[in-house]
Amino acid sequence: MSEHDHVHDDADHHDLPVAARVRRLEERLIAAGLASDEEIDAFLARLYESASPVNGARMAARAWTDPAYRELLLSDGNAAAAELGFTELGYQLRVVANTPDTHNVIVCTLCSCYPVSLLGPSPGWYKSFAYRSRTVREPHAVLAEFGVTLPAGVRISVWDSTSEARYLVLPVRPAGTDGMTAAELAELVTLKGLIGTALV
Amino acid sequence: MSYAVGDRVRARAGDPDKHTRLPRYVRGQAGEVVALLGEWVLPDSSVAGLAATETCYAVRFAAADLFGSGDHTVTVDLWESYLERA
Repeated sequence: MSEHDHVHDDADHHDLPVAARVRRLEERLIAAGLASDEEIDAFLARLYESASPVNGARMAARAWTDPAYRELLLSDGNAAAAELGFTELGYQLRVVANTPDTHNVIVCTLCSCYPVSLLGPSPGWYKSFAYRSRTVREPHAVLAEFGVTLPAGVRISVWDSTSEARYLVLPVRPAGTDGMTAAELAELVTLKGLIGTALV
Repeated sequence: MSYAVGDRVRARAGDPDKHTRLPRYVRGQAGEVVALLGEWVLPDSSVAGLAATETCYAVRFAAADLFGSGDHTVTVDLWESYLERA
């Protein structure tokens, strides 16, 4: 297995050829008078200011404690996000629920589509060629590298984000959390859990 | 041609010489429509400066059909003109 095949590769994006290409694109926009460096920086700052996996975690925890919210989350992700104050996502949010017999995993084989505002900046591994190419083909092996072994009989459902829809996984509520509040439960939910590369 | 949830569809097998978001690994393969997502601009159209919209579908494929092995499924969002009835 070459170094490229490991899903945990987390290359510093600034050193990649794509960073130079993005900069050339920015320079073309600036030269054409369509945007300034300040405007681009301000846009990114706005985007990332509130973007955090804490948002997705709050939605998952609410769904665990409120059956009506769970139903809304699974049928109309945008309405459910808006109910917690996350409005104008800019994409159609589709939430897929793990169950005792199905485990969902999100990937974008063509690029790195992902609900940034609800999950924060995407991890390096999510953008890696290894994760993108291997998750659709051998998800059990990829999950094993993340330390996830599913019980026998659990089927994996992989979602390839090729369109305007962005996917989020609703993990199964962990056992032994009966007395916990939504706020306490939200602290248990991880970014990986919301992508499907962890159980919670 | 439009499709409904439960319909069997096949992703087109061709290899377009222009931009597309029909992934190579599903081309020519049959799957099942599991959701209608909405009317969205076809990426193949928007890169040409046009804005043709089409229905986009979530289509579920069996890994064994795509790769010859695996007991999982892969669901891919595909625009109407990427599909034909299977």
